[in-house]
Amino acid sequence: MTMRAQEAPAGRTAEPAVRLDAVSKTYGYGQDGLLALDHVSLEVGTGEFVCLLGASGCGKSTMLSLIAGLDRATGGSIHLGGRRVAMMFQEPALFPWLTVQRNVELALNGRPRAERRALAAELLKTVHLGGFGAKRPHELSGGMRQRVALARALAQDCDVLLMDEPFGALDAMTRDLLHDELERIWRDRGLTVLFVTHNVREAVRLGDRVVLLSSRPGRVVEIFDVLLDRPRRTDSPEVASLAATVTDRLREEVSRHGDH
Amino acid sequence: MATTERLLTGLDALETAAPRRASLATRVWARLWPVLLAVAIVLAIWQLVVWSGWRPEYAFAGPAAVFTDLFGRLQDPAFYQAIAVTLRRAVTGFALATAIGLVIGAAVSRVRPLRAAFGSLITGLQTMPSIAWFPLAILLFKLSESTILFVVVLGAAPSIANGLITGVDYTPPILLRAGKVLGLRGWRLYWHLILPASLPSFLAGLKQGWAFAWRSLMAGEIVIIIANQTSLGEQLHYARELADSPGLIATMIVILIIGIAVDALFNTADNALRRRWGLDQRPV
Repeated sequence: MTMRAQEAPAGRTAEPAVRLDAVSKTYGYGQDGLLALDHVSLEVGTGEFVCLLGASGCGKSTMLSLIAGLDRATGGSIHLGGRRVAMMFQEPALFPWLTVQRNVELALNGRPRAERRALAAELLKTVHLGGFGAKRPHELSGGMRQRVALARALAQDCDVLLMDEPFGALDAMTRDLLHDELERIWRDRGLTVLFVTHNVREAVRLGDRVVLLSSRPGRVVEIFDVLLDRPRRTDSPEVASLAATVTDRLREEVSRHGDH
Repeated sequence: MATTERLLTGLDALETAAPRRASLATRVWARLWPVLLAVAIVLAIWQLVVWSGWRPEYAFAGPAAVFTDLFGRLQDPAFYQAIAVTLRRAVTGFALATAIGLVIGAAVSRVRPLRAAFGSLITGLQTMPSIAWFPLAILLFKLSESTILFVVVLGAAPSIANGLITGVDYTPPILLRAGKVLGLRGWRLYWHLILPASLPSFLAGLKQGWAFAWRSLMAGEIVIIIANQTSLGEQLHYARELADSPGLIATMIVILIIGIAVDALFNTADNALRRRWGLDQRPV
């Protein structure tokens, strides 16, 4: 595992926020069991932005589910050190019977009503949806719904944000804007982000590191350090050049599967 | 990042421009004219059959005689009393069926062994014709209000329970995952997620339950005549005994109209729900 030492940008420490020790996950049992993750070890530093990249079947979504506690690992262990975890999905997964504001408030449970309201309104402002609290999710565009989902995740006051292809279904322009937004929020709040994607440029645009996973079973193939200055642009030559390198490695990995 | 914000708000404005809804008068007329047309066609066919002399007028009265009779009934206090009795039975039975359906539906959808044991039985009960319950009900309760209520409840409760069970089963998995990530567990998961998610299906169950209740009630009122207790079913029964064809058809029309009106209420609730949740795919 590459340890991040001197080259770590300021404000980020090497102390891991998330540590995976030889994590395995098998679906089903015995001979028919499908090995989704095979002894995956990974450390994500506090405040680090790590992108998990791989073709389908590499178990990248499984990894997030395990970290989020939605599913149980069959082997190995996951250490979060008591950090709070929130998760975003490819679908916004907002509750259609609640207004945008109430959707965010739901994540603030346990606080007094007035406080919940004020906090939710503020979080909506953070994602530039201050004027849309009274709307229902279906009245918003896909990108706006994902921003509500982001506000809801932030409402959980999380240390670690798990994102499972959150911008996969959005158009290019909206996606670029949301990259900027996510980067700003990540920085302002000192979040640790684990971001799953199959889009290489997106991974290079966002990540401090890009973790390339193999498919069936999922293993860590290679970890790329992205040492480009922020803010980056998805269409910049530097991003494109590194993305090309990562893509080549990814293709190599995928074509191995044609051999059997 | 000011440019990002401006771009975002620009996109948001472009993407949330709602189309204007048509005016109320336009919408009412769009709904109304097909109904009026259908009524006109039915009346025309009815009149033609009467004129054809297929059956004598005392057995099959024409629209004119029936509507004269209906108009006469509208002036008669006994008519309203009959409607009141019938509606009271319907509402009582339906309310009772809803309560029972809710309890059974909640239990069966949550407890796995109960589901295995009773799931298919509840669906089976739905297909049981309510009239088949009457012999047993009469043995149990004699010729009384309770007999009618018993059958109405048995007719409606399985549909209502099934609506809730289906709704719980079809809670979108992605919402369940989101709910778990949000820390919803136990009864809070139920209250904040599963119950609201099953509302559309539950509403469909209520609507179907009402249809069964209304049919069971009419069967009951014709079979079980309680002395000094007029009702729509009882009026139907006596109209046949007295070969009062206009009265009989007029009563049937009243029964039909009440059925349609209540159904429209359910549809209104359903449409409102769909519009609020964004499930409505029809153009506005």
